[in-house]
Amino acid sequence: MSLYQDHILDHYHNPRNYGNLPHATHHAEALNPTCGDSLALDLNIEDGIIKEVGFTGKGCAISLASASLLFEEAKGKETVKMQVLAPEDVLKLTGLALSPVRMKCALLSLETLKKALKSK
Amino acid sequence: MLKERFPLFKKHPELVYLDSAATKLKPASVIAAQTEYLEASSTNIARGLYPLAEGTTARVDAVRKAAADFIGSDPEEIIFTSGTTAGLNMAAYMLENFITLEGNVVATDLEHHSNYLPWKELAKRSSAEFRLAASTSTGALDEESFEGVLDEHTELVALTAVSNVSGIINDIPSLVRFIRKRAPHAIIIIDAAQRAAHLPIDVREWDADMIAFSGHKMYGPTGIGILYGKKSLLDTLPPAVFGGGMVSDAYAEETVYREVPARFEAGTPDIAAIFGLGEAFRFLEEIGFEKIREHDLALQAHALSELRKVFGEDIQIIGSGKPEDYAGILSFTFGSLHPHDIAQLLGEKNVAVRAGEHCAAPFHRVKRLAATTRISFGIYNEKSDIDRLVAALKEVTRILS
Repeated sequence: MSLYQDHILDHYHNPRNYGNLPHATHHAEALNPTCGDSLALDLNIEDGIIKEVGFTGKGCAISLASASLLFEEAKGKETVKMQVLAPEDVLKLTGLALSPVRMKCALLSLETLKKALKSK
Repeated sequence: MLKERFPLFKKHPELVYLDSAATKLKPASVIAAQTEYLEASSTNIARGLYPLAEGTTARVDAVRKAAADFIGSDPEEIIFTSGTTAGLNMAAYMLENFITLEGNVVATDLEHHSNYLPWKELAKRSSAEFRLAASTSTGALDEESFEGVLDEHTELVALTAVSNVSGIINDIPSLVRFIRKRAPHAIIIIDAAQRAAHLPIDVREWDADMIAFSGHKMYGPTGIGILYGKKSLLDTLPPAVFGGGMVSDAYAEETVYREVPARFEAGTPDIAAIFGLGEAFRFLEEIGFEKIREHDLALQAHALSELRKVFGEDIQIIGSGKPEDYAGILSFTFGSLHPHDIAQLLGEKNVAVRAGEHCAAPFHRVKRLAATTRISFGIYNEKSDIDRLVAALKEVTRILS
């Protein structure tokens, strides 16, 4: 079965919550230097709830679609719940069965989210 | 039909293998020689006094002779290593005494990490300056690349004969002449890994001090490689690896090293791989570099013209774009489409290519490329492989765009 299922291609071609948030309370960037992928994430957090998300990035379909899916999922959630997300949660969410080589593409989004939650 | 001599295609008849720069597939004769060692002569070399061990030793000596004939050297100038990476790292330790505090060590931005990091580390250990020669806009090295970085304090220059990313051929004899003029004291090291199966190597014409290449990139086994060194230089160098077989005597106060090249070959080598390597030399000799070059040129011309015809402005080919400048490798990018997506989707369609930085981060940084997609050829490839690649690429770019 192809890695590039319709929902992955959909999120790659039409990423949700794409763009910057002008008054973000939290922000982080992460980079995968070996494949040139990069993500930048803005969050608006109020009373421990992620109210708004906005991201920009460039990279492969797997990294961008994972970012779109994960950040969309994070919207409206409590930060404490997002802080404990594990790599397996991201794979379950995206439905991707990845080889170790491509795993880092999907997990760049998780790294960015966790960095943003810790930022000020 | 050369393809029939490669058993992998019997197991995977649908495979379009365009990743020969990573490793070449192995002909049946190479596999048979490895098996023959394991089944019929699996004894150690150099020490046994019974016929079977003597036979194995003679066979290893014969492969050393074949390696010497392959590059036009003397057998004493051939050191068996486990591959190009091991050879270059070993050379960096053998040459440590040559590098001084006032000196500089030069590599180029075209190098594979294995012909870059050992020299950078050597410079660091010796507190010498590490300098980088810049490749041209078409991904080759010329005199200008070295103009500003060489001087009388240059103690070592490392460069590649064929770039593993762009596939562009460097004119080694003329570059070596130029380097010798500007840096008369420099030891010159050539990474010939990507050249060995595509174009001849002539150590006398090249006049480099050391040359490294791998068995598995020239239809031989993995785990074996050659480090060539000029005899006059090797005679002055200390070993980098110590152990059995490399000393003639050992006291607590003094170690007496054996002659060259034995002093650089401590321990038992991968003998099965040496048997296989012997057959790889024979295979290349049987086909001949004239025919190999003709084959590469035909594939390169066909690939370049098809890719341009079908994808036009959408594809960016790395290098000059002239078939005669390449040696079995072509790399490209497709605008914002990520090479990992392209390679993965091609893989799903049974077309094996490579995507990423190809262990050459400096090249990608300098050329402002995040990553590239690379296709590379072996003697078993046919024009129809390129046609299948182009057809698959059409579909892949449609999915991703």
